[in-house]
Amino acid sequence: MAERVTVTINGVRVEVPAHVTVLAALIMHGIVTFRKSVRGEMRGPLCGIGVCFECRVTINGQHHSRSCQVLCQEGMDVRTE
Amino acid sequence: MRKEVLTSDILVIGAGPAGLAAGYSAARSGRSVLLVDENPTPGGQIWRGEWRHPRSRRAAFWFKKIYEGRIPVLNGVRIIAEPEEGVLLGEGVDTLYELRFDKLILATGARERFLPFPGWTLPNVVGAGGLQAMVKMGLPIRGKRVVVAGTGPLLLAVAAYLRAQGACVLLVAEQTPLSRLLWLGWGLWRYPSKSVQALLLRGQLLGVPYRTNCWPIAAEGEGKLERVTLRCGSRTWVVRCDYLACGFHLVPNVELARLLGCELLHGFVRVNALQETSRPNVFCAGEPTGIGGVELALLEGQIAGYAAAGDLKRARSLFAARNRWRLFAERLHRAFTLRPELKDLPDAQTIICRCEDITLERLERFCSWREAKLQTRCGMGPCQGRICGPIVEFLFGWHVDSVRPPIFPARVVSLIPMEGEDSTYVHELGRRYAGDHHEF
Amino acid sequence: MLGGSSVNRRAYDIVIVGAGIVGAACAAECAQEGMLVAVVEAACVGGGATGAGMGHILVVDDSEALFALTYYSRSLWDQLAEELPPECEFQRYGTIWIASEDEDMELLKRKEQFYRARGVAVQILDERALAEAEPNLRKGLRGGLLVVADSVVYPPCAAQFLLERAQARGAKIFFGQPALQCEAQGVRLRDGSLIPADVIVIATGTWASELVPALPIRKRKGHLAITERYPDFVRHQLVEVGYTKSTHAHEADAVAFNVQPRPTGQVLIGSSRQYTTDDSHVDHKTLARMLQRACTYLPRLAELMIIRTWTGFRATTPDNLPLIGPIPGHERLYLATGHEGLGITTSLGTAKLLTAHLLKRSPPISLEPYLPARMENPVWLSASR
Repeated sequence: MAERVTVTINGVRVEVPAHVTVLAALIMHGIVTFRKSVRGEMRGPLCGIGVCFECRVTINGQHHSRSCQVLCQEGMDVRTE
Repeated sequence: MRKEVLTSDILVIGAGPAGLAAGYSAARSGRSVLLVDENPTPGGQIWRGEWRHPRSRRAAFWFKKIYEGRIPVLNGVRIIAEPEEGVLLGEGVDTLYELRFDKLILATGARERFLPFPGWTLPNVVGAGGLQAMVKMGLPIRGKRVVVAGTGPLLLAVAAYLRAQGACVLLVAEQTPLSRLLWLGWGLWRYPSKSVQALLLRGQLLGVPYRTNCWPIAAEGEGKLERVTLRCGSRTWVVRCDYLACGFHLVPNVELARLLGCELLHGFVRVNALQETSRPNVFCAGEPTGIGGVELALLEGQIAGYAAAGDLKRARSLFAARNRWRLFAERLHRAFTLRPELKDLPDAQTIICRCEDITLERLERFCSWREAKLQTRCGMGPCQGRICGPIVEFLFGWHVDSVRPPIFPARVVSLIPMEGEDSTYVHELGRRYAGDHHEF
Repeated sequence: MLGGSSVNRRAYDIVIVGAGIVGAACAAECAQEGMLVAVVEAACVGGGATGAGMGHILVVDDSEALFALTYYSRSLWDQLAEELPPECEFQRYGTIWIASEDEDMELLKRKEQFYRARGVAVQILDERALAEAEPNLRKGLRGGLLVVADSVVYPPCAAQFLLERAQARGAKIFFGQPALQCEAQGVRLRDGSLIPADVIVIATGTWASELVPALPIRKRKGHLAITERYPDFVRHQLVEVGYTKSTHAHEADAVAFNVQPRPTGQVLIGSSRQYTTDDSHVDHKTLARMLQRACTYLPRLAELMIIRTWTGFRATTPDNLPLIGPIPGHERLYLATGHEGLGITTSLGTAKLLTAHLLKRSPPISLEPYLPARMENPVWLSASR
């Protein structure tokens, strides 16, 4: 099993450990805010277990994906707001 | 999106301690069992991320039981609806599962209760269990300054865990008064393992201030959290930190139970001694029947599993142990009640519904959840009221009412009629899902 | 919110039972005409069909009577639009009626002629123009009819606005108690208190039959679903031109394609009609059929996330026309109900017609088609008298 995988964050290819969530990968690369709220405030994750929907990003073109529940996979494309 | 039909004697929703115990017990009695869990790997919250490397003997024990028993676990699948009796729909990444069963065991666990205060929506203000979950799944925490706050035994466990991962835990702020904690601690002699656990935690947290009567009143920073204002009695002071890990005990995940028409009592799923709900053939174990921690969840899970499988003798043999732990859970619940000062924390501008950005001042004028929802759309976002529901219940006493499908946001394609391509009986699944390599 | 206290003073000129969009519109109009208005609402503003429906404001060509009422009402909404606060989310999206088969194109052309002859701004869209107007529609649709001035509003907030307008002119709202009986002096509430009034208006939608037992109103269940935010997924309210067939069929359960953009970027998906049930639970089979039909017009809809579904009941009359006006033999008792799926649109027109009749003025359009007197089953109020 691979120790590290390569994903793309906002167009930039980065290497992350295997078995970490997309959330962790984003934080590792200095991204603290993932989405814009209805009023335009920048938000980051809250509950860590997939119920609050604050950690939403676009993964492989799929909008509204909860980054705390998705494990990084080789070649994944991640975009934040 | 493809569709797969899976049939088993017993379907267990949730692969945390209660679900694992239920699954194992049912399988041990000879029934075909399928576990379904929405997280990437089994373990629920307390054993999150430990499937490959269990951190406790108990986790290792139960993971091994599932693995060696070749009990199939479907991960990354959320139950969204009950299209007909005896069938649940589970949505996976690219597969829709039609799950058919004779008996159902709900082990859906609990989530944290969040309470609002000025600044709580700043990035890096997170749940206590929330931060632990994130770190378990790879969030780097080494060297970060963390304030742990809120209420409940979870705070100590989180603080100890974070410290062990290299975080600088500045303090633990528990809103409960010391007197209540002493009362709780006084009763711990009946539960030796809990006393040992408490001592161990104190040991692990040597040097970390544990303040009772203490809670956060504001979080501030430019673009993200930089400092937290805490109140302790009449004193307030400011702490600079990187993370505020704040949660106010747990709220049971009863949405699926409610969708299925199971009766609730005081917000928890009502079960009889055999863990059966008001709906025939539907059982419930663990936190949804009452927040009680891992020991109780394991016992309830086993009882539910044996009962669902028809092995009443084994189920009954565990009654005494379960009832003891139920008393502990009740004691715990009373020790950590929320103090009324917490209701005054949010100001008019504080956001209550994070999905739709609805502030307190917009909600205060209404008399009911329904009215507030219709006029402001509070609670109508993707969290379906899971975050703001407990808040408005605490602040206003509103009861968050109806549950409708999908009980979790689901793609349109998962809700439209689709012919199944594969129809499998679960006894064949063992070969497919037990393939992961593990060393327990 | 105003609550009920002592009501034993002078009688109100009018008591309106029900604070849905129709009741609220009537309250605002009557108060504006100088009447002393009371409103009785058992639960909350817009808690019935008002809070469940799509808030589509449109003209229809089902009949001359429905056209007259919707056309008139739509213009009233246009006039009101500037005064509506932002939470009412009034938007002039327009409606596109969509033809998927050749025979639908015939329907579309007839619709176009009907509207043009009556001065309604419409535009036929051929296949290419339709695709340009709505890129997410599937290829191969025959065309569409754009009704330019149709619009959309968020009904619970609109009802609240109208109610506040009434209150600004002295109207009193009594919350929390259902009205149980219509009596000679007024309306009796469940706690025994009486709201004294010269005239009673029943605007309770599908609850009307409790107060007036012989009311010929049946409940017609509808399902709705709303998605996460996908801005610009659709730009107009989109309805299949065969929709009318489903609104008129009185026995069969039916689904039809009816989709609406919301200013939030969410997509609101309807619609269904079922007579057979009183049960407000979301019925999975009906929901599935409704969503499936929507996907046959908008294939990419399949990938969008649904965050909520719900149901509501439309108040339906045997001839699909609302009941507006006095109950025969009871000049003090008025109906403003039975609007089926057009309650939001026709609420404003209903209010104007009602007040004109009360004040004995000539109505802006003829009230005849909607008078309760037209019903051939005049055993009104037999139980409660």
